[in-house]
Amino acid sequence: MVMPVVPFLILFPLFMACLMYLIRNDNVRKITAFIGAAAIMTAVGILTAQWSAGGCQVMTLYTETPLADHVILAAEILLMCVVTILCFEYHKYWISLLSILPTSGMMWLELSGSKIASSCHVYIDRLTILMCLIVGVIGGLIVIYATGYMKGYHEHHKDLKDRSYYFTALLFLFLGAMFGFVLSESLLWIDFFWELTSVCSFLLIGYTREKEAIHNSFRALWMNLFGGCALAVGILLFAVYQNSISLHELVTCCQINQFLVPSGDSTALGVPSIAIALIAFAALTKAAQLPFSTWLIGAMVAPTPSSALLHSATMVKAGIYILFRLSPAMYGTMTGSMIAFIGGFTFLATSLMAIAQSDGKKVLAFSTISNLGLMVACAGMGQQETIWAGVFLMIFHAISKSLLFQDVGATENSLHSRDVEDMHGLLYIMPRLAMFMFIGIAGMFLAPFGMLISKWSALRASIDERNIILVIFIVFGSATTSFYWTKWMGKLISHTHLTEKKIPEVTRPTELLSLSVHAVLMVLLCILFPLLSKVYVNPLIEEMFGSVTDVLPNNVLIMLSFIILLVFAVPFVSYVYSRKVTFNRKGSYMNGVNYGDNRSFVDSFGERKVLWLSNDYFRNIVGQRKLMKPSQIFTASVLIVMLVIIIGGAAV
Amino acid sequence: MSTTKIILVICYILFAPLIGGLLDGFDRKISAKMQRRVGPPLLQPFYDVIKLFSKQVIFVSRYQIFFLLSYTVLIILTGVMFFAGTDILMCFFVMSTGATFLYFAGMVTSTPYSTMGANRELLQMMAYEPAVLLTCVGFYLAEGTFNVGQIASSNVSAILYLPGFFIAFIFILTIKMRKSPFDLSTSHHMHQELVKGLTTEMGARNLAIFQVTEWYENVFLLGVVGLYIINCNPYSLIAAVLVVFATYFLEILIDNTSARVKWDTMLKVSWGVTLFTAGINLIILMII
Repeated sequence: MVMPVVPFLILFPLFMACLMYLIRNDNVRKITAFIGAAAIMTAVGILTAQWSAGGCQVMTLYTETPLADHVILAAEILLMCVVTILCFEYHKYWISLLSILPTSGMMWLELSGSKIASSCHVYIDRLTILMCLIVGVIGGLIVIYATGYMKGYHEHHKDLKDRSYYFTALLFLFLGAMFGFVLSESLLWIDFFWELTSVCSFLLIGYTREKEAIHNSFRALWMNLFGGCALAVGILLFAVYQNSISLHELVTCCQINQFLVPSGDSTALGVPSIAIALIAFAALTKAAQLPFSTWLIGAMVAPTPSSALLHSATMVKAGIYILFRLSPAMYGTMTGSMIAFIGGFTFLATSLMAIAQSDGKKVLAFSTISNLGLMVACAGMGQQETIWAGVFLMIFHAISKSLLFQDVGATENSLHSRDVEDMHGLLYIMPRLAMFMFIGIAGMFLAPFGMLISKWSALRASIDERNIILVIFIVFGSATTSFYWTKWMGKLISHTHLTEKKIPEVTRPTELLSLSVHAVLMVLLCILFPLLSKVYVNPLIEEMFGSVTDVLPNNVLIMLSFIILLVFAVPFVSYVYSRKVTFNRKGSYMNGVNYGDNRSFVDSFGERKVLWLSNDYFRNIVGQRKLMKPSQIFTASVLIVMLVIIIGGAAV
Repeated sequence: MSTTKIILVICYILFAPLIGGLLDGFDRKISAKMQRRVGPPLLQPFYDVIKLFSKQVIFVSRYQIFFLLSYTVLIILTGVMFFAGTDILMCFFVMSTGATFLYFAGMVTSTPYSTMGANRELLQMMAYEPAVLLTCVGFYLAEGTFNVGQIASSNVSAILYLPGFFIAFIFILTIKMRKSPFDLSTSHHMHQELVKGLTTEMGARNLAIFQVTEWYENVFLLGVVGLYIINCNPYSLIAAVLVVFATYFLEILIDNTSARVKWDTMLKVSWGVTLFTAGINLIILMII
């Protein structure tokens, strides 16, 4: 079967990227970008429709593609050249090696004429479609948002050269790379698109060309390329050993080996298990798990749409996606325990560090890493219910994080600050943006929203697995997670402080459009989530594991829908009630005579003292400076020891 | 849902404030005796609440009532879900959401003492949440289910498997019931560094609502204590009631014999105790 929409999804963003780069008129580019984003979303819709018209079956396409293979090889070499040139330009010579080595490995594999069994190159199942929907819808919305945002960004940062054309081009290129990545079955293709996303993120982070941006972009580059090396080695090993470059064959091969070694001695599984371990390791770098978390935090210097794209819809989800694919093979193995441990530890450690952040984007960055940690842990455990939880975490996270990033970006353009402390009383200054923020944050952690359900099933699965450490990580991690989200929400609703200043809101219609769609999606997802579980995620699990049992019993689902209704209804009813309440306003108690504005009081010298309220941050206890280095060293040593055991044990 | 469950739920909605108020009255009476005072009459908490309802309505913020009412409804829902025998993890999730609304009620006023109290309330939530979640984990390990109804009708009392979890839960109960040394967010007496903390700006009806909700919450929490004891044998109910009373007395005793600690001590001690007692218990349960 031929589906022209598949190559369209990969190539059209590429074409749009060229177009964006060439169009230098802002308005024309804006309209073109709008149409392009709409076309991508439509294409994703068509793909989904065609696939469901075919009965939602697994589809394997494009068995013989010599031309495409050559094009991709050429593109990979081109990519390597770009990276090498840039590395030399900025005197980071050694980083170029991380690109040259894997590329030459791939070249050798393809050109040496080693016999590789032909298999399909494109694989479409429910997980693929889900990823396409996330990338297409969220990514498309981010592009729409970006057209408005970049205008405000450059009005706010006058010192920077306006290269929006380049920025928008990169966003499209990124989307193309992501589509390629999730649609590919051939490991060679996967490797190429993997490298492409790494390089795109590198260019996006370095967009402003300021010193800090360049420094951070190279850090992102080397970490991601380092993961890319592990991926390439894994692929090469498997290709040479098995003469195959099919992702699913790798997973099946590993599962069969496990089956043949019933003693449970997972170390004696040979080459495929090494390949799995290396690819999973690569996924850790992409998903910014400790010790590789710093690149994602550094990525915050870039304009907001790129942060949103890197964090929510695409880049980091690529790591999670590949882990989900591998998870059946990781179940009960040493690799699985390694991945689950690193994920669980990252969940706890980065949520602690998030407490100490007051920069809104930094909080989002740390919470992203933390939530990804939970997803990684779910994938590492590799059980039906954890993958179920992981898939839901991924959906919820994609929407709410994208919403939050865009909202913080829009707030920053108006408020000229993205510090949470400056958002004191945002609800009264910019009610629309504050409401969006509220929905986003609530979606992240508050009962009965999906994140919580996912956390719940992750907890249950780790109890079932008798994984003590993971239970402890999840239990303490969820306490710290609630802490930093709740205190942010508290800031938004607090009264006074900034109300004297009138701050004009400069949010553009394109930004509002994207934000509203996100918010609606978020709420719909919360309400329809039991349905989604039944019609989509359960079959997805069945595809992966061959069977499925309901993760949530029916009565819990009914109860959930009830709570959801109540949690929506109660605040609404009491809001209506509180508007009607008649009362006398009083000044607040200040332990000194209140000046009458609730903002200042007379102190013991008879002078006026103005009030400033602040949240708790505990920088000296849980600050990044305090915790980051030790946790990096700890996780790095765990990774090294475990990889040595896995590889050594399998090689013997 | 069976009829007994419906009766239990209705009883909870109707009588929980009465029981909570009475317990509060005993609390004041016993505390007074410990301090060699006569103390107020047993029904004083009810007189206070009734009087608060009849007072003139004066607020700092119009929206405080909105958050407080949400808090009340969610806490009652927690208790209802618990006594209807549903999922215990869900009960605690709803309780946390309710507690978040209480935090909002403190924050929305944006006044110094109320905000300070609210910040500390949030810290308290962080301090007790691991122990609360671990309680659920313990029940699941001991009885193989999160379902309150099934846990209550098991053959053996859960406490036999879960002594460490029980200690951790009793420990954080001090935080949850706002008893000294962990009464960081509110205090009984005005003349302290945080004035009345979280409740400083709650007046008249708002304070009454807060008080009644606290009663509902206390009854729910003591219910969880009882769940550790209760099993399919009807006599275990008596044992459960006795243990609940003993626990409540213990809380009063701790309240009267200790001074408030700083927030970092509270966090370290409560997490430490949780990790140590519940953690060891968890390891033993999981290995066996």
